[in-house]
Amino acid sequence: MKPIDLERVQQILTNSIGKDVYVHLETTNGAYASHFNNEAVNVGAYIRNARISFSQAKIVQDDASFRVGLKMDFGWVYAEGLSDFEEFNGALLLAGHDAEGRVMVSLQISDQPFAQEIVK
Amino acid sequence: MEEHVVIIYAHPDDECFGTAGTIIEYREKGIPVTYVCGTLGEMGRNMGSPTFANRETLPTLRKKELEDACEYLDIDLRLLGYRDKTIEFEDRTEVATHIKEILDELKPTLVITHYPPYAVHPDHNALGAAVIEAVGMYDAASRPELWATAISHNFEEYLGAPHIIHDVSPIFDQKLEAIMQHTSQAQGMLERMSGTSQDSIELRKTWEKRLGKEQFFIWNYEDEAN
Repeated sequence: MKPIDLERVQQILTNSIGKDVYVHLETTNGAYASHFNNEAVNVGAYIRNARISFSQAKIVQDDASFRVGLKMDFGWVYAEGLSDFEEFNGALLLAGHDAEGRVMVSLQISDQPFAQEIVK
Repeated sequence: MEEHVVIIYAHPDDECFGTAGTIIEYREKGIPVTYVCGTLGEMGRNMGSPTFANRETLPTLRKKELEDACEYLDIDLRLLGYRDKTIEFEDRTEVATHIKEILDELKPTLVITHYPPYAVHPDHNALGAAVIEAVGMYDAASRPELWATAISHNFEEYLGAPHIIHDVSPIFDQKLEAIMQHTSQAQGMLERMSGTSQDSIELRKTWEKRLGKEQFFIWNYEDEAN
């Protein structure tokens, strides 16, 4: 992935307005967070391939990281701490990594469902 | 019956962190080993350091790393095809039956798996429980031996000392080389250990201690029946 190019990402988001798209949204502090730190609780959530559409889509910069908000008819999709992006097989991948390259948050949007099948 | 060791863990790299030394010793004796891997670690958060993977490319990359690790260790590989972080939400008996079918085919004399609920990761605990159920489907005469690995901080409080303790420190370098096949997962850890700061030195000591010993509990099905 590359550092987020705000203009390019905004352009892709704008192009997706009003279309049916598939979303992958996740955040995690890792399955071993409480194993390596007594005071930590393992926290994580993900949704893969939720089918949504949105009427507004914006990416906003805050120092080195970015937030994205997608306005739907009956709610919002929100992610913060995003720093990197990639255009991958027609999908927009956004992610935030810690200093050691581990995913902390990701938001991905695609016209097609993201792969679910095991790699053969 | 010809010896055959079958290791059943949840993720690509569990086989290396937990049992690479033991695997190397079995292979030196000419005993075949098969790794049956539950998932492809699709939801792993390590993407290499610096990052070279993303959420969508990670499964393909981890599969290749797993194949490389199995080639380095000279063992066979089977994939169960579950999805990372979801094994505990599958039907336990269905997973156990799936595993039993594979065991019927592989005819192991020894099976190694995770010890639930002392295996830390939910996938580890769920897969371990299914493997214990699968091996329990055999009658005592045809049942392979089962060893389970516990890694939680508190397991000795509940289980006592492991029955088998392999000191793999003499082949530690080979074990590390096996772990390194899982580049996307191991790079960050090795980087953290390789510095000269106090933290790095402490971390290296902890890992040498943790990885230098491979410990197993022998599962006792007789006790369960009583």
